[in-house]
Amino acid sequence: MSEVKDIEILIIGGGPAGLSAAAAAADLGASVLVLERDGKLGGQLVKQTHKFFGSKKQYAGDRGFQIGDLLIGTCENNSKVEVWSDTTALGIYEDGVVTAERDGKHLKIKPKKIILATGASEKMIAFPNNDMPGIFGAGAVQTLMNVHGIVPGKRVLMIGAGNIGLIVSYQLMQAGVEVAAIIEAAPAIGGYLVHASKIRRAGVPILTSHTIQEAYGKDSVEGAIICQLDDKWQAIPGTEQDLKVDVICLAVGLSPLTELCFQADCQMKYVPELSGHVPLRNDYLETTRPGLYVAGDVSGVEEASSAMVEGRLAGISAAFSLGYGKDLAPKLQAEALAELSELRSGPAGQKTLQGIRKLMDKGEALC
Amino acid sequence: MRIEEHPILDFKRGKEITFFFDGQEIKSFEGETIAAALHAAGVRILGHSQTMHRPRGLFCAIGNCSSCLMVVNGEPNVRICVEKVQPGLRVETQQGKGCLK
Ligand SMILES: Cc1cc2nc3c(=O)[nH]c(=O)nc-3n(C[C@H](O)[C@H](O)[C@H](O)COP(=O)(O)OP(=O)(O)OC[C@H]3O[C@@H](n4cnc5c(N)ncnc54)[C@H](O)[C@@H]3O)c2cc1C
Ligand code: FES
Repeated sequence: MSEVKDIEILIIGGGPAGLSAAAAAADLGASVLVLERDGKLGGQLVKQTHKFFGSKKQYAGDRGFQIGDLLIGTCENNSKVEVWSDTTALGIYEDGVVTAERDGKHLKIKPKKIILATGASEKMIAFPNNDMPGIFGAGAVQTLMNVHGIVPGKRVLMIGAGNIGLIVSYQLMQAGVEVAAIIEAAPAIGGYLVHASKIRRAGVPILTSHTIQEAYGKDSVEGAIICQLDDKWQAIPGTEQDLKVDVICLAVGLSPLTELCFQADCQMKYVPELSGHVPLRNDYLETTRPGLYVAGDVSGVEEASSAMVEGRLAGISAAFSLGYGKDLAPKLQAEALAELSELRSGPAGQKTLQGIRKLMDKGEALC
Repeated sequence: MRIEEHPILDFKRGKEITFFFDGQEIKSFEGETIAAALHAAGVRILGHSQTMHRPRGLFCAIGNCSSCLMVVNGEPNVRICVEKVQPGLRVETQQGKGCLK
């Protein structure tokens, strides 16, 4: 029988949320183990080359990968934090045992508290030939370009003019790839106008009220047919355009990676404002399974800034429940809660707040 | 294609190594994923779907979607977007489910 590893707090996922949770819990004195399925810590941050917005406290002005390096540094230099990278968490069992895989080996961990910070996965949209090679999620294009230094192709059609679509288009241009157009089904650009104007200045059209009708090509993408939509989101005949592109990049949103929450029997609810099924949780991010916390995109897709604060809040709360930081923890929790409300005071934050209200509203059906 | 010059990033590539894709020698660098190395070499079709035999390529690049399954050193269903290259590795296009030897 394989050995069971005992630990006070187990954190699943080493992105901004998980790393912030680890540092916060360890600072209060708890022993922490972080599992990360990738070889490198940092989650989505490691591929983000643009400067962040927000307040100085959330590292505004720094580039994503620099923030990632900073968080990785704080964890690596903390003797209370152990990191297992290349390790995928597989299951959370009724008796509290968490199983994981590394190098083909099956590992068992028995934590006192668990913080889930698994992030999110990319959404897909339906159109003929959407399964063809050459169609990538925006995150994949970022990984290829900014982590491996490899361009995905020569000419790209970007779908989605939210922040991710805009930022990745700009990054493609920085890498020397042509962006044929950015199309957006909604009548307005969803992302920040600073990003949009940089792209327009470079001569790339951003076509709102436009969608993709189909992709075509022999074995992989050779082009796409796009068309205009009317105010009822129906295709307007005669507006079709044929774009010769070898890459179609989808930036149509993310959905929380909640398999482990389902498996751990957390009560879940579908909340569109939070981008999918998310676990019910209290103000301190503890789910309906006692001792299991969530933080970051897994608790509702938002931003790295809020993921870091949520991580800190979950880390403090888990450590506090184990008896650490008796005097300090409540003050730190209040600070983190105040920071979250400040972050969510803008228009995008209103959507999250509405989502959280819906999530915690007792009246609706649960699954 | 590899990016040689970038306004923000500086790519530190590892030692040069070679591996095999369907018998053909491919140059790559230590530390990169098989998916990255194949894309750098212009290979986008990684396998074919089980029922409709449609071509499959990279989609998420972080091990979430299973679109990139290939046969690696005889073992089928390896997600090559999260599997690193190694000298002499044999990577093959997968047809359907693949079978365990
Ligand atoms: C193109 C793009 C641009 C963005 N720009 C900004 C921006 O300018 N400002 C901003 O604030 N935010 C931005 N974001 C959003 C931000 O990156 C995310 O909200 C943030 O990374 C979420 O953090 P997280 O820790 O919850 O998840 P992630 O960063 O996704 O990290 C989750 C980690 O968990 C690991 N994991 C998952 N499952 C398991 C498992 N079973 N076992 C072990 N490990 C596992 C993953 O490998 C990953 O490392 C951007 C996102 C994208 C895609
Ligand atoms: S491309 Fe999604 S798992 Fe490899």
